[in-house]
Amino acid sequence: MEWVELFIRFMLANIFGYGGGPASIPLMYREVVDHAGWMSSTEFSNMLALGNALPGPIATKIAAFVGYDVGGWLGATAALLGTVAPSAIALILLLKLLQRYKQSSSVKGMTLLVQPVIAVMMLMVTWTSLRESVLTIGFWQFAGIAAAALYLMKFRGIHPALLIVAAFVYGGIFLS
Amino acid sequence: MGEEAGGALTAKEAKPIEKTAAAVRYKELCIALLRTGLVGYGGGPATIPLIRHEAVTRFKWMDDDEFGEVLAIANTLPGPIATKLAAYLGYRLCGWPGGAVGVAAHIVPTGAAMIGLYAFMAFFQSSPIIQGMIAGVVPVVAVMLGVMAYEFGEKAVKGLGLWLGVGLFAGAFALLQLAGLHPAIVIFAYLVYGAFHHRVKARWKARPRRPDREGGLPWNG
Repeated sequence: MEWVELFIRFMLANIFGYGGGPASIPLMYREVVDHAGWMSSTEFSNMLALGNALPGPIATKIAAFVGYDVGGWLGATAALLGTVAPSAIALILLLKLLQRYKQSSSVKGMTLLVQPVIAVMMLMVTWTSLRESVLTIGFWQFAGIAAAALYLMKFRGIHPALLIVAAFVYGGIFLS
Repeated sequence: MGEEAGGALTAKEAKPIEKTAAAVRYKELCIALLRTGLVGYGGGPATIPLIRHEAVTRFKWMDDDEFGEVLAIANTLPGPIATKLAAYLGYRLCGWPGGAVGVAAHIVPTGAAMIGLYAFMAFFQSSPIIQGMIAGVVPVVAVMLGVMAYEFGEKAVKGLGLWLGVGLFAGAFALLQLAGLHPAIVIFAYLVYGAFHHRVKARWKARPRRPDREGGLPWNG
């Protein structure tokens, strides 16, 4: 019956985490290490390091790993469902409700007013990754890569995925 | 395959994407979400610009305004952000099964990689090449996030007018960054005012003094 516990623990950790997966990491740590004792603190940190080295959402990578470690593939599925399903279903239902009133001036006003908040939130995430990057590779490396990326994306219309692959190659050669 | 998706899409039949065959929609959905899951570095929030690129620019499932609205509502709810978006895009294209397919395409490859690569973890952590590759990607992610922030700001100014747009932006910054309020509280407060915004604006324009200003250009340039 471990899969039930996996489902519930990962659901709790993610339901109380605001700000996307990264915000839920401390909560998952509490559930996995402190409460359930599925892993030691060191094991969790190692796993987190591996997770950060791989692409994709972080919360689901942690859920998949811990779930598999505790309960095999069934455990991984249960932990993933607990992580993803509640918030995803809530979003779909909420947007369905809003769709119905799309033409009302209230919903239109809400759509409009939310833009500046999203802009600020995106700006804050930008700042976090900018600072992290300058601290790791220095200002000039950052500025050079960022300028090239901006130019290629905005003025050459290069697909973002290609830019990321190019940055990988550059980083693997020049930043290692 | 087509029938199960029908219910979710009846309201928006005019859009071209809903007219394409279910198989095509599933294929596009999988391509877009596999791709964003595999190249998105820095967790879900850093992947948002990539998802927007696929949904708005590449496959044109929705316009920018709708994506912004979805993103905003998604931010008021807790939980991982990328999977919420993946689920909604899947649902929007192919109904509930699409939601499940979208999330799976986005998270299964990296989840499986996590389990499979555990044995090689020491290599990942010590390899300077891999560390260098990750360091190379962060500036690109920062640029994508910055561009998106700018575009949302631009849209706010367009829709709300220069002064109100900038004022509300500064207000949101003060509340989020300086006062450290929870994003959900700030979004909720803005949504509540937003529900009355058009009425307030109408009353403001219809106020008795200076009748010469009504009709022509409101605040938006």
